[in-house]
Amino acid sequence: MSEKLVDMLKTAGFDVLSCMQCGTCTGSCPSGRHTGFNTRRVLRDARKNKAEVLSDDDLWLCTTCYTCQERCPRGIPITDAILELRRLAVREGFILPEHRKVSEMVMECGHAVPLDEETKKKREELGLEPIPETVQKYPEALEELKTLLKCCKFDQLVAEK
Amino acid sequence: MTKLSLFLGCIVPNRYPGIEKATKLCFQRLGVDVSDLPGASCCPAPGIFKSFDKATWLALASRNIVLSERLGRDILTVCNGCYGSLADANMELKRDPEMRASTNNCLKGIGMEFKGTIEVRHIIEFLYKEFGPERLKDYIARPLDLKVALHYGCHMIKPSKVRNLGETECPIFFDELVEATGAKSLDYTDKMMCCGAGGGVRSGNVAVSLEMLEHKLACIRRAGVDCIVNACPFCHLQFDRGQLAVNERFGTDYSIPVLHYSQLLGLALGFSPDELGIEQNAVQNIEFLAKVYEISAGLR
Repeated sequence: MSEKLVDMLKTAGFDVLSCMQCGTCTGSCPSGRHTGFNTRRVLRDARKNKAEVLSDDDLWLCTTCYTCQERCPRGIPITDAILELRRLAVREGFILPEHRKVSEMVMECGHAVPLDEETKKKREELGLEPIPETVQKYPEALEELKTLLKCCKFDQLVAEK
Repeated sequence: MTKLSLFLGCIVPNRYPGIEKATKLCFQRLGVDVSDLPGASCCPAPGIFKSFDKATWLALASRNIVLSERLGRDILTVCNGCYGSLADANMELKRDPEMRASTNNCLKGIGMEFKGTIEVRHIIEFLYKEFGPERLKDYIARPLDLKVALHYGCHMIKPSKVRNLGETECPIFFDELVEATGAKSLDYTDKMMCCGAGGGVRSGNVAVSLEMLEHKLACIRRAGVDCIVNACPFCHLQFDRGQLAVNERFGTDYSIPVLHYSQLLGLALGFSPDELGIEQNAVQNIEFLAKVYEISAGLR
């Protein structure tokens, strides 16, 4: 990664340099209550251009609840900036194996949570069609989805590097 | 009134079909024209796709939007995640010509074009704006004698700058819709806190996700409610299936029933618990089921 993190964030519309390190974000973070996840430190390290921000698994402890973003006295879109950092991390190959599995599921069947036999039965009990009116029912729709994913080179992005 | 297409997403049709059924029954009763949206896929899940790659997120979301553009219908979502993903993509593609051009370039490969002709709606936002609690009361056949812990969930109201549903620390519009059914929405500690499922945390860091959930459940139990009400199947899944996982992990004995708002409203409109899939939850609370059957039969 040759370009500076802070510049990449700025290009994407996130000016983390206006952060005054007040810690409102960290104090508001529901995930941070239970983990070592420290939003303020993520922003500080990003502006110091520390590459570890991207490789640290803590980046994936944010539930994207947007409380920090709503409360930031500087109006920094913090959660959106965290999402941008994640996208940069993914480009560097930092992906949790569980998240890779979810992506593969969508690539395979068009859903992050696929239909199972138990739910088919529940659907029938309710008088619904066992297969819902989604991509699962229409093979041509699934083909469309696969074409789009290929167009975006998504399979290469999530492939193990 | 606006014509809608029902966007199912993943968890509703594939885990909690009761929410699909309840939504259809409610909207039929309210006289709103809601069609299916054949061929729709995952929204795609914001926690993963928005965290991974913007172009892919927009491509998949725009395909779902175009399916509804072709029907000339606004999209109705019953999930905060689907709403966040589709409404954000719709907004970004409408306002950013560059992004729209590159997404359309991709869509061309499947003979589609994003035109920006429809809106993405959320069931709660729709009911509040198009009906409102007062008008909704006219439809109530069985006022609900229930005490409820309401969970708004994050992405229905945040980021507030683009959602435009008012302030996010102490909103009341959803509570008003709950109380329109006759139920009482009780206050509880950390009511506005996240359920712990979003952002890829439930899939990627299940231990953390369950710790956050356990905190919410403890707060809700202290409030002494009959059930939890939500408007997001991912929160619903976290509260329902997650509750059993919390019990296993922490040795607790939570047994708090969980209803999606469509199911709560369905009961009040006079549909029976089995039509609404309320018994299909993982949490099986016999006392609660007896109570809702009594309400449904007009016995209380």
